[in-house]
Amino acid sequence: MPGKLKVKIVAGRHLPVMDRASDLTDAFVEVKFGNTTFKTDVYPKSLNPQWNSEWFKFEVDDEDLQDEPLQITVLDHDTYSANDAIGKVYIDIDPLLYSEAATVISGWFPIYDTIHGIRGEINVVVKVDLFNDLNRFRQSSCGVKFFCTTSIPKCYRAVIIHGFVEELVVNEDPEYQWIDRIRTPRASNEARQRLISLMSGELQRKIGLKVLEMRGNAVVGYLQCFDLEGESGLVVRAIGTACTLDKLSSPAAFLPACNSPSKEMKEIPFNEDPNPNTHSSGPSTPLKNQTYSFSPSKSYSRQSSSSDTDLSLTPKTAPYPQGPRIYLCPSSPSLSCGSLHLKKSCLLLSESSLPPHHSSLVSPVLRKSVSFSEELFLAASGMGSGSAGKEGGPFKALLRQQTQSALEQRGGSPHRFCRRREFPFFTLTAFPPGFLVHVGGVVSARSVKLLDRIHNPDEPETRDAWWAEIRQEIKSHAKALGCHAVVGYSESTSICEEVCILSASGTAAVLNPRFLQDGTVEGCLEQRLEENLPAGCGFCHIPYDELNMPFPAHLTYCYNCRKQKVPDVLFTTIDLPTDATVIGKGCLIQARLCRLKKKAQAEANATAISNLLPFMEYEVHTQLMNKLKLKGMNALFGLRIQITVGENMLMGLASATGVYLAALPTPGGIQIAGKTPNDGSYEQHISHMQKKINDTIAKNKELYEINPPEISEEIIGSPIPEPRQRSRLLRSQSESSDEVTELDLSHGKKDAFVLEIDDTDAMEDVHSLLTDVPPPSGFYSCNTEIMPGINNWTSEIQMFTSVRVIRLSSLNLTNHALNKNFNDLCENLLKSLYFKLRSMIPCCLCHVNFTVSLPEDELIQVTVTAVAITFDKNQALQTTKAHVEKSLQRASTDNEELLQFPLELCSDSLPSHPFPPAKAVTVEKTSPMGEGNFRNRSAAPCANSTVGVVKMTPLSFIPGAKITKYLGIINMFFIRETTSLREEGGVSGFLHAFIAEVFAMVRAHVAALGGNAVVSYIMKQCVFMENPNKNQAQCLINVSGDAVVFARESELEVVSTQQPAANCQPACTGGEVTT
Amino acid sequence: MTSELDIFVGNTTLIDEDVYRLWLDGYSVGDAVALRVRSGILEQTGATAAVLQSDTMDHYRTFHMLERLLHAPPKLLHQLIYQIPPSRQALLIERYYAFDEAFVREVLGKKLSKGTKKDLDDISTKTGITLKSCRRQFDNFKRVFKVVEEMRGSLVDNVQQHFLLSDRLARDYAAIVFFANNRFETGKKKLQYLSFGDFAFCAELMIQNWTLGAVDSQVDDMDMDLDKEFLQDLKELKVLVADKDLLDLHKSLVCTALRGKLGVFSEMEANFKVCGLIQLLSLGPLQPPVHCPTGQLCSCPGLTSRWRCCPPFARLTGGSLLLNTGELFN
Repeated sequence: MPGKLKVKIVAGRHLPVMDRASDLTDAFVEVKFGNTTFKTDVYPKSLNPQWNSEWFKFEVDDEDLQDEPLQITVLDHDTYSANDAIGKVYIDIDPLLYSEAATVISGWFPIYDTIHGIRGEINVVVKVDLFNDLNRFRQSSCGVKFFCTTSIPKCYRAVIIHGFVEELVVNEDPEYQWIDRIRTPRASNEARQRLISLMSGELQRKIGLKVLEMRGNAVVGYLQCFDLEGESGLVVRAIGTACTLDKLSSPAAFLPACNSPSKEMKEIPFNEDPNPNTHSSGPSTPLKNQTYSFSPSKSYSRQSSSSDTDLSLTPKTAPYPQGPRIYLCPSSPSLSCGSLHLKKSCLLLSESSLPPHHSSLVSPVLRKSVSFSEELFLAASGMGSGSAGKEGGPFKALLRQQTQSALEQRGGSPHRFCRRREFPFFTLTAFPPGFLVHVGGVVSARSVKLLDRIHNPDEPETRDAWWAEIRQEIKSHAKALGCHAVVGYSESTSICEEVCILSASGTAAVLNPRFLQDGTVEGCLEQRLEENLPAGCGFCHIPYDELNMPFPAHLTYCYNCRKQKVPDVLFTTIDLPTDATVIGKGCLIQARLCRLKKKAQAEANATAISNLLPFMEYEVHTQLMNKLKLKGMNALFGLRIQITVGENMLMGLASATGVYLAALPTPGGIQIAGKTPNDGSYEQHISHMQKKINDTIAKNKELYEINPPEISEEIIGSPIPEPRQRSRLLRSQSESSDEVTELDLSHGKKDAFVLEIDDTDAMEDVHSLLTDVPPPSGFYSCNTEIMPGINNWTSEIQMFTSVRVIRLSSLNLTNHALNKNFNDLCENLLKSLYFKLRSMIPCCLCHVNFTVSLPEDELIQVTVTAVAITFDKNQALQTTKAHVEKSLQRASTDNEELLQFPLELCSDSLPSHPFPPAKAVTVEKTSPMGEGNFRNRSAAPCANSTVGVVKMTPLSFIPGAKITKYLGIINMFFIRETTSLREEGGVSGFLHAFIAEVFAMVRAHVAALGGNAVVSYIMKQCVFMENPNKNQAQCLINVSGDAVVFARESELEVVSTQQPAANCQPACTGGEVTT
Repeated sequence: MTSELDIFVGNTTLIDEDVYRLWLDGYSVGDAVALRVRSGILEQTGATAAVLQSDTMDHYRTFHMLERLLHAPPKLLHQLIYQIPPSRQALLIERYYAFDEAFVREVLGKKLSKGTKKDLDDISTKTGITLKSCRRQFDNFKRVFKVVEEMRGSLVDNVQQHFLLSDRLARDYAAIVFFANNRFETGKKKLQYLSFGDFAFCAELMIQNWTLGAVDSQVDDMDMDLDKEFLQDLKELKVLVADKDLLDLHKSLVCTALRGKLGVFSEMEANFKVCGLIQLLSLGPLQPPVHCPTGQLCSCPGLTSRWRCCPPFARLTGGSLLLNTGELFN
């Protein structure tokens, strides 16, 4: 299907001097798309050329439109020698391919050179005429919208959430091709940039195809990553959540159209079937499976659990009008509890060195595969019991057999595998109200692989198989937690030489099935009414069977509704649900850990790593748990554990936001016990430490305003028998005895968390617990979207990236010293941030995202990206007081809100067609007036400033403003190299300038699309390599985000009054795509 | 554990005014950190010296990168690399082009050449201003001079347009450029007591009344070069300086003419020399002169009829330059 791409080169400015003699430049431009190239005339002797070219027209397939970037090269004409390149601009034209986004790309783009950085700017106009009929695509998937945002984008409504989509593309890395020996670094960098741009275009197109196949029209939570595997190639992979989105301003008439396909696929999105092969029926039948008995879940529950009891046990989920559907949280969604379930497994697949002549043909067969499957079950609350010390039983191979059984069952009939239903994963971290029913806990899986050359880039089977394995494992872990889905799902890799750790993690959850089929407001309302779910605590209730708990945990009745059981701690990878009742404020909690490892080669190395991993996971969790208790909190959100592999060490960094959930029990303190009680001074020391710990907890409670309503013993005691009867959830044999012991435990547990100090190491651990300094007053920090307990954001935001690299002195390389260094590095980095941003107080660092890499033997690199948002302190005080009340009230008002919500948005969100009103807003915002600082401007005549302000934020929203339009995804990859490192200010100067340039290029692209902000911005990769001896350095950066137009709420009111007609615009094409 | 690399990049470039001042004043990172520590910032914020060091380094790096753009302020406005709110941009430019009174007094009227630049370390020792800061200020003078040197139109406007300075600072630069161009020696002992402000005031009047631009606004260098013909004519005035009798006569004539017409008459009479200078500066080839509230035609011996005199109406304390004007024109 052809489309016509039109490009016009208008002008250039601030070009570098290319001709030393005249101090001027004779510039011209080459415009290349696919294999076609056009050239402008040479504009002689100017640093500000005005080409004003004709429209260059490219007639191309839309497949190419999706894959290829538009490449604009600015050159200096030279009569006698070869023309010198000044720099390039790559423009991703994808946003022009769906009608709702941008209609034109027009603006100043920085001209970028991989050796010199930005050298001037060029003004370009790009348009696309698509002559297509959306239904006939085969290879292209124009029209599918992509969002990095991990929630339903603000001006859309989810009609259906289809589920997981993934794709992976591999290629040879140009840097490692033979030709790289003879070409210039510039040529090599550009080849790489271009290849990656092509690959991500292709990847996006392929994912789009899958989405169309599922009858969706959008991908939300799209996360694309590069694995630079070195010799063995370059992998670009992406995951996301396919959805059918509906623009909120579009008339409701479109709903039926969207629904019809969804009806047909009702079972598809949530065919939670863990092993679809056991069903003989095709995708359309499983629905009729009345008491879907979930055999696999039984197979791994060693204790009995029968499916019929399940039904009786699930008062909440039973009343779905359409009868027992697939949804099914198999064993018992309503009871049992779960705190943290962490699981790790290492699978090592190594390839023995095969003779090269064999490899192409037989390698898959010959590959020797070693597979360790070590299951680590970390039950956080299990540790809480005090009985489980370090030696205790953190390692339980409990799941191993379950996994195996699941795998066996799965192996049966692969042909029935319906790919998209294979993994019930969601990359979303925030959900529409009512979507999330219960949360089980964190599930994660890791696997250590040896990289081998990818022989046939068109069939990246090995990489696919690796990920499939991991996902399968995640899925079975979720099942073990009684959950049928995984939310907040993400995948990552860490590569060092030829060893690669693949990691995946997410939060096991039970979702509202209705939403996955047709998320109409009515449906969800109905659902909520029926369920009568206690707001603010429902998601905490355990989804698994209490008697059949996958790990030891303490359960208590929910402190909020007192009807259902809750775990004593809850770890999740998602954002805090909006309806959750939180007491006080949250805070960033980090666990940091290093482990030395011997340098080794290939298999030995991989084995060493897989042996270390379980210990690291265990320690990371112990640390998290301790720190959480120390803060007096009981739940973690946004948990992200990153394990990084280096040549001689492994690093673990876990970040999460701790909060006090009102529904969960008050955490007990931390008790220190010495192993040698007869020593008097030692005793004294211990008691001194104990006091310090207690003081810290008390201080933290005050700091984070954690003062849960006192619940007297009787109150705790009394309501329990009642719900017990009401919910009929007790099993005959365990009724009295079990419940009573539970109760006792929950009381006695108050101080049950025991740290045993048996050696200096343990002592140091305790010390390190206490060394974490809280942020200075006026500062809060979290790694989730918003800070619980603060909801009066003002409009000032500051996104930043900070990078630190430290060199370890090789002398003191012990685990202990290493830990201390790493800990100091992170702490100092945070302190620096607080200091730098002190002018914004009171403010909160949101979405703090740490990444650790080990670029060389003794180097540790930590990269932090976050956004500082100011808030109104006075209001904050009031709201925090009112907060609990408010969120309680919210339960009752929620229903009305649900009804009003879309209507409200319709009235003040801008129409899908960008013209009159949207433009007005855009123009206004892109002028510097937007900053509101204009009147401060002294006498200086800066009024002719033409650079618009573009905000960037890792969050999905902009405080105090409404996103009126999504313009498309920004996904950019840059390489910068230098051979004059010292002259550019050393490594710091080099990287500082490069990151500033990357920001500038992102902003320029957004502005050219007509946007004024990037939301869900993320720096996915920042690979920095230096060679100071050669005065060289190289850095690769990959960033992405969603380009949007936002308008301040106050402005919106004005705009909306001007545009009554605009609201009647026809519906978005989103609906059209699905029909 | 040593920090190899330590950077902070904000979407909006962070500018710390205090650090900017230290940087402009030419302090090294180490000195700047020490000064900041002394300011008590550590106590206020609870930060450590290491944090302060890293913060200062970071700001210095940013300023260093911005410096290239500050050399051509319109570039700072149009560049895309650093997102800086307009008010901050204005502050950066204004502060960068600000200069020390002590320094400008040393170089005012000197040729802005390499030779003068070599003497900067002497000036630095003499004034106590760091060499780095002296260099920046000197380079600023030179840069502005080079840019506006050959330009048409009003000097002040040109400076303002190409360097986006505030009105006040642009006027000062116009004076500096004017003095540098005409090499008025201001370093003489007799002139030591005069401040830059005094000179700037003179320069402004001279630009207004004595230059080519005062005659014809369409010529190149109109505000820079003095009207040759006028200078010739001006020589006639030397007689007032050289001959005491004529001077007294001039004084009595002017005083008679103005008696009773001027509110500040007694002051004028007392400071006649000063007023005379201002009078002189207000003289010009323009007909009628720019400021002449009395419209009084002075009939002084030695003055041709085309000269009209403006009574001193402002800045009586401007400084008595009369005698020295003679030297200026020798």
